[in-house]
Amino acid sequence: MIEWLISGLVLLGSALMLLAAIGALRLPDLPTRMHATTKSGALGTSVVMIGVAFYFADAPITFRAMAIIGFIMLTAPVAAHVIGRAAYFVGVPLWDRTVKDILKESYDPKTHYLRSGFEDIDKQQEERQKQDTDKQ
Amino acid sequence: MLTLGLLLAFLRLTKGPSLPDRVVALELIATIVVAIIGVHAIDTGVSSFLDIAIVMALTAFLAAIGFARFLERGGPRDD
Repeated sequence: MIEWLISGLVLLGSALMLLAAIGALRLPDLPTRMHATTKSGALGTSVVMIGVAFYFADAPITFRAMAIIGFIMLTAPVAAHVIGRAAYFVGVPLWDRTVKDILKESYDPKTHYLRSGFEDIDKQQEERQKQDTDKQ
Repeated sequence: MLTLGLLLAFLRLTKGPSLPDRVVALELIATIVVAIIGVHAIDTGVSSFLDIAIVMALTAFLAAIGFARFLERGGPRDD
């Protein structure tokens, strides 16, 4: 009975990893590829590790498998974020059918300055305060 | 299935149009290798392989961070 559970978990994890690899090969640009590899890859490895924990059914090994899962779940988003940020700074081209690039309007790649869109409101408030102090 | 995934990720690694693509492919390869180590531990029944899997995941994370640092500080720019 437990063999069926273990083999099912390992097969599911392998299928997810295969899906991640297919996504990395087939998708058109860097953010979509990262989307495939990070999420599907981390989940696939975690499922395989749960299978390993069930197979050995021993406290230290279960703890090790849990440590691997926690580590991968913790580091995969961080690594993806850092790589995506670096790639955007370097200027990796997006897909030619990308619908919306919000950063493009408010981000200056030369100075690495990102406008938030609230600068005008801040300026208005400063002027208003100045006028108030002048009146007094 | 895992070896097929490894092969596809390696294809992306060799083909990748830009350096970040290759970094993403390398990270995927490291994740697949961790899964392969897990399956191998089940196959042989030697549980010490899990330690190696932990080290593998750690190294892959550090490599990704290092590559990103290299890219942000004066890697090949095209602008």
